[in-house]
Amino acid sequence: MLTEEEKKEIDHHVKMYPQKRAGCIEALKVVQHSRRWISDESLKDIADHLDMTTEELDSVATFYSLVFRKPVGRHVILICDSITCWIMKYDEIVAHLKKSLGIGLGETTEDERFTLLPIPCLGNCDHAPTMMVDDDLHQDLTPQKVDEILAKYT
Amino acid sequence: MQQPLTKDIKPDRSPLSLQEYEALGGYQALRKAVKMNPEDITGMLKEADLRGRGGAGFNTGMKWSFVPMGEDAPHPKFLVANADEMEPGTFKDRWLLEGNPHQLLEGMLIGAFAIQADISYVFLRWAYKTSTKNIAKAIEEATQAGYIGKNILKSRWNHEMHVHTSVGRYMCGEETGLLNALEGKRATPRAKPPFPQTSGLFGKPTIVNNVETLCNIPHIVNYGTEWYKSISNSEEGGTKIYGVSGKVKNPGLWELPLGTTMREILFEHAGGMQEGLKFRGALPGGASTDFLVEEHLDVKLDYGSVMEAGSRLGTGTLIVLDDQTDVVGFVHNLEQFFAQESCGWCTPCRDGLPFVEKILLALKNGEGLPEDLEILEEMTGYMAPGNTFCALAPGAMEPLQSALKYFRADFKRYIKEAV
Repeated sequence: MLTEEEKKEIDHHVKMYPQKRAGCIEALKVVQHSRRWISDESLKDIADHLDMTTEELDSVATFYSLVFRKPVGRHVILICDSITCWIMKYDEIVAHLKKSLGIGLGETTEDERFTLLPIPCLGNCDHAPTMMVDDDLHQDLTPQKVDEILAKYT
Repeated sequence: MQQPLTKDIKPDRSPLSLQEYEALGGYQALRKAVKMNPEDITGMLKEADLRGRGGAGFNTGMKWSFVPMGEDAPHPKFLVANADEMEPGTFKDRWLLEGNPHQLLEGMLIGAFAIQADISYVFLRWAYKTSTKNIAKAIEEATQAGYIGKNILKSRWNHEMHVHTSVGRYMCGEETGLLNALEGKRATPRAKPPFPQTSGLFGKPTIVNNVETLCNIPHIVNYGTEWYKSISNSEEGGTKIYGVSGKVKNPGLWELPLGTTMREILFEHAGGMQEGLKFRGALPGGASTDFLVEEHLDVKLDYGSVMEAGSRLGTGTLIVLDDQTDVVGFVHNLEQFFAQESCGWCTPCRDGLPFVEKILLALKNGEGLPEDLEILEEMTGYMAPGNTFCALAPGAMEPLQSALKYFRADFKRYIKEAV
């Protein structure tokens, strides 16, 4: 079941568009924000609320890379793997992240603290290598700097 | 005034408030525009030769002139600012979005008035959190000041504006993919015709313009087309935000006259290559443009000159290849991106790009076969413009075909000798 708050927020976003279903991406974001990911049950609840079929909504949800259809950790690390970061040695940063978290790309730590995902170019190329943790941008990364950054997210 | 778009942006990129923007002459162009005949604004931009800064380089006024006007025109009409900056190596719109959000809003409002649009959207990528915050605040301020809403500046013209943030995928930056995303659908491309100008968002007339393009508009309205042409080093009008990333001494962004040479951008502004490295080539405007090499250093980076040199100006943000970076690895990284971001709508792109990516990976791993280079070359033909539904796959072929042309020996080194 969607909470009253979630419904209210979804309806607020839906008003921006002339058609109800156009708000479905906003609705997915609202629910993901409060529950971390979109479960089958959440998907059905959102679809019902917007008069869409579950399949219709899932075709949208599975298209976009930042809609999570599997559980993620409390913090999501998005490490840029595009060309400039690649030139500027992103491989060292990824190797360091994998080693210190003990997980691979696409995985979540056992304590559900972090999920590690690759992301295309973050548009911060004069400060490569770059990553985001949740809503925060981190730049000019070195392995030492990565350790300091991760310590801030509990 | 040599840097109209960026001269007022603070070094820390904290956004100009409405009061600050107005004190610097902000919204004077909108005041002027709403007293003009809408078609005259379109004509002015056509004459200024403002080319689309998102990469296509199409004349903005020309684009607008296809929107049906007059009492019988369908409504609501829409204007969308494409702020889905996802072209790898491109980071220029972020500067404008974060530092001077009202400049974008003013450009959008003038554009919306010129096509008599009812609703506009700023389509932002998810990752641009600060931009989203600053744009949303600016919309609030502009609404309170009466620049957005009903009877704007007593012109009897009404307009509303909203922010949409996407949830990933490069295809959202493609004009018609973006429209599908705004309608709450998968961001797959649409067939053209009909063009968005006549049948776009929700089937209504729609204009989609890049952020940098829109930010030029208030200045053209304020200072005129003659001035706009005079600040360029080229026959095409205006300035361009150029960027450089890769192993140069001073990567960054600079607003310079359109038509500044690659040599000046790389060696004066970006400070040249890092110690011990040599320049081998650069993609002049993001991942989907052909390599330019040493012989092109004196090419003027404007739309026409770069095309003559065999590439595209694209977004104008250069990605530099140095002599210590592996060319095959470089191109493999690009094709991996394009294969991943293909929306799967048409076969050449959906099946062709992963095939190319696998061959490049095999080469990189020393598993290349003698016929691989010919196969790669054939693939650039299969995915050439006209063979696919949108520009993604043809764009993906540009760095590959030019790398095979200029750096063939690098590829050959990886081929396993036949036993």
